[in-house]
Amino acid sequence: MPVLIGVSLISFLLVRLIPGDPAQVILGELATEDSIAQLNRQLGLDQPWPIQYFNYLLGIVQGDFGLSLTQNTPISDEIWIRFAATAELALFAMLIAMVVGITLGVLSARFHNTWFDQLMMIIALAGVSIPVFWLGVMGKLVFALQLNVLPSIGRENIREPVDPITNFYLIDSLLAGRPDQFVSVFEHLLLPAIVLSSIPMAVIARMTRSSMLEVMGLDYMRTAKSKGLRDFTIIMRHGLRNAFVPVLTIIGLQVGTLLGGAILTETIFGWPGIGTYLYDAIQARDYTVIQTGILLVALAFVLINLLVDLLYAAIDPRIKY
Amino acid sequence: MKTKSIVKITAVCAAMGLSLSACATSGDPDGSTNGEGSGKDTLIYARAADSDYLDPALSTSGETARVSGNVVETLVNFDFDGSELKVTDTGLAKSWEASDDGTAYTFELQQGVDFQDGTPFDAEAVVYNFERWKKGSGEFPFYPAEFGGYGDDGNITEINAVDEHSVEFLLEEPDALFPNSLAVTSFAISSPKAIEAGTNNDHPVGTGAFEFVNWKPNDSITLKKNENYWKDGYPKLDQIVFKVITDPSARVTALSTGEVDLVSDLNPVDIGQIEDDFNVMYRPPLNVGFLGMTVTRAPFDNVKVRQAMNHAVDQQALVKSFFYGKAEIATNPYPSTMEGYNDQVQPYAYDPDKAKSLLAEAGFDKGFEMDLWAMPVSRPYMPNGQKVAEMIQAQLGEVGIKANIVSYDWATYVEKVEAGEADAFLLGGTSSNGTASGILDFQFKSNALGDSNYIRYKNPKLDDILNQVQGAVDPDDRVALLEQAQQIIHDEALWVPLVHSTPALASVEDLVGVNPLPTGSEHLATAYFE
Repeated sequence: MPVLIGVSLISFLLVRLIPGDPAQVILGELATEDSIAQLNRQLGLDQPWPIQYFNYLLGIVQGDFGLSLTQNTPISDEIWIRFAATAELALFAMLIAMVVGITLGVLSARFHNTWFDQLMMIIALAGVSIPVFWLGVMGKLVFALQLNVLPSIGRENIREPVDPITNFYLIDSLLAGRPDQFVSVFEHLLLPAIVLSSIPMAVIARMTRSSMLEVMGLDYMRTAKSKGLRDFTIIMRHGLRNAFVPVLTIIGLQVGTLLGGAILTETIFGWPGIGTYLYDAIQARDYTVIQTGILLVALAFVLINLLVDLLYAAIDPRIKY
Repeated sequence: MKTKSIVKITAVCAAMGLSLSACATSGDPDGSTNGEGSGKDTLIYARAADSDYLDPALSTSGETARVSGNVVETLVNFDFDGSELKVTDTGLAKSWEASDDGTAYTFELQQGVDFQDGTPFDAEAVVYNFERWKKGSGEFPFYPAEFGGYGDDGNITEINAVDEHSVEFLLEEPDALFPNSLAVTSFAISSPKAIEAGTNNDHPVGTGAFEFVNWKPNDSITLKKNENYWKDGYPKLDQIVFKVITDPSARVTALSTGEVDLVSDLNPVDIGQIEDDFNVMYRPPLNVGFLGMTVTRAPFDNVKVRQAMNHAVDQQALVKSFFYGKAEIATNPYPSTMEGYNDQVQPYAYDPDKAKSLLAEAGFDKGFEMDLWAMPVSRPYMPNGQKVAEMIQAQLGEVGIKANIVSYDWATYVEKVEAGEADAFLLGGTSSNGTASGILDFQFKSNALGDSNYIRYKNPKLDDILNQVQGAVDPDDRVALLEQAQQIIHDEALWVPLVHSTPALASVEDLVGVNPLPTGSEHLATAYFE
């Protein structure tokens, strides 16, 4: 809680310290000194900042995030939609990252020091080194432009838009009884999610591998093997379960980072998410959107870490709260 | 034993991966070949930025006008006849008359026209809309920009409904080009009922060819056909979806894959790769991109130095490299598509030697050092300011001038230039109402100093000439005054005029009837797929 208050105060102040005036940006090339002053009065920006901050907090407590300075519409209308868009992408990307990353990590540990291990680690290195925007643009070039098997932009087929209910389009398309839309949404998710997953996948793979190697060297693992248990059981039940805690920490941090704005991926694929929402707001000096956006991202990060802490207890009976 | 396990596990993973991708790759996604009935009645139009409002009166953004101009209509329309931008009677006013002294205008309105909510369009509706803006206090930025101020500060003293289908406007000072102002989309007539209900910015209601359906912010706006549109046989399309794709290369890619049908603000460098398979259209220029020199900062207070700068810059090379050869080289502050263009003005030729000798005459035979400001964003008159600045920097180097390139993000850039902090800077402008005054007054009149008069120029003689233009009812008088103004601006070498750009759009080849206007939007009522 204090973290959140601190974040809201700091973002409120920082944003106002940046040179540049929202009224100027709104009015553009038609701005005159008079019109800027008038607009500032109208937007409530001429009041002393402690009063502005107080009004803002008051609103948040009541669930009212206020109005966007540049669009004059309630922020709460749009911010959830954008958040859901990024969340859907981030979760899908994390799913890919976890499945691929953990598999690679486990296999590498199991076949430690073989050609397989080396190969998997090279793949992981590539994942963390290749710039996301390069991967994204290349992906579009090959799969969208040249092979024409995947779409290049957006969350959905523009000609057959999804009826947003939860704003998670995979769910919404099923709710509307449109399996064709489900497939289309899935296709739109695939490329950006794979691109976004490249770094987390690599990090998770390496962490899983090293954690597994540590665990596999422990005595109880030798005991399990000498008991004659099958390879698979040894690795999964005894090995991974115990190696998983540090991996879970990594996963939690990665989700937080992705939610914070997968902005490069969102820009390349025209994904209407919170990353581009915040970026546009910063360009336009839309103070209210920036403050609220940062606060929300911080909130998400806090919640995810809380969830991770709770999961520790579920996985490791030694951990109690 | 080990190898068998590896093979088994890898095989399982590979199978999973393949089946997943087979599920996904169901052939050509999103193309207009998908599904019956989609694609040929619906136009997907990709643009660079979203609207900022739905009610165009609240906005100065060309993107807002692009969408809203299809839902609400103005009394007067712009049209381009091939050589000049003119106002036409194809709008809500079928004719108009001006008093001899240019202070009173009467407009005859089209009859039998309804708003999309069923209420009638009549003179009262026009009066209602104008009174709304006149009584404003900051929320309608185009009103004071065109008419001088709100309420009594502005030039419009009265708006009266003479009868059900005629409106008269009474002006304090004569304005020969008053109808041009009325063609600006911000002065389109919305339904008074919707304005009263306070919903006009959530669900705009007008008389236009298309009705508003929905807005997904920063994603898309959907319009559908107005079945009761007053122009018979129009519109031809059933639906238009305006999709936001900010990155220009992503926009072009979406056109190439068939995900969209029409894109605006094409990056000149992308034109080459699509012009064989797609229809590329160019807007006639209504803008200017220039290198401004702040005349209050040495050495740009010396006219010889400014003239030397003009001789040092090779505009041809700029156009070739960064505008795909498609922009016009600028000699005057506005292009020949606008009234009063002075074609007698002799451009400063690209002549580095002449530049050097002028600099020597001014006392700078060793050259000098300066800051050259460039914007980091793409503007319609300058898609790539940074690169243009680099080329100019090199050209200035040839004559002994050392230019350092300076940049700030767009909002800060404009603010600092207006504050007079830049030695020389790249900027530009579009005339919003199609008139020469729309550029000249903003850039060179002393009362705009500190605002849009970026170079901080103060010349009472020029002020006087520009003031007279507005009141000159006779077009010949106006042209004479404008030509004089352009000659002064040229002789004083206030700018290095660079280009009049022709922003490009591209569409699939079977889309016809898109009429790109110099003002930055297009009449989509006439568009259809062959």
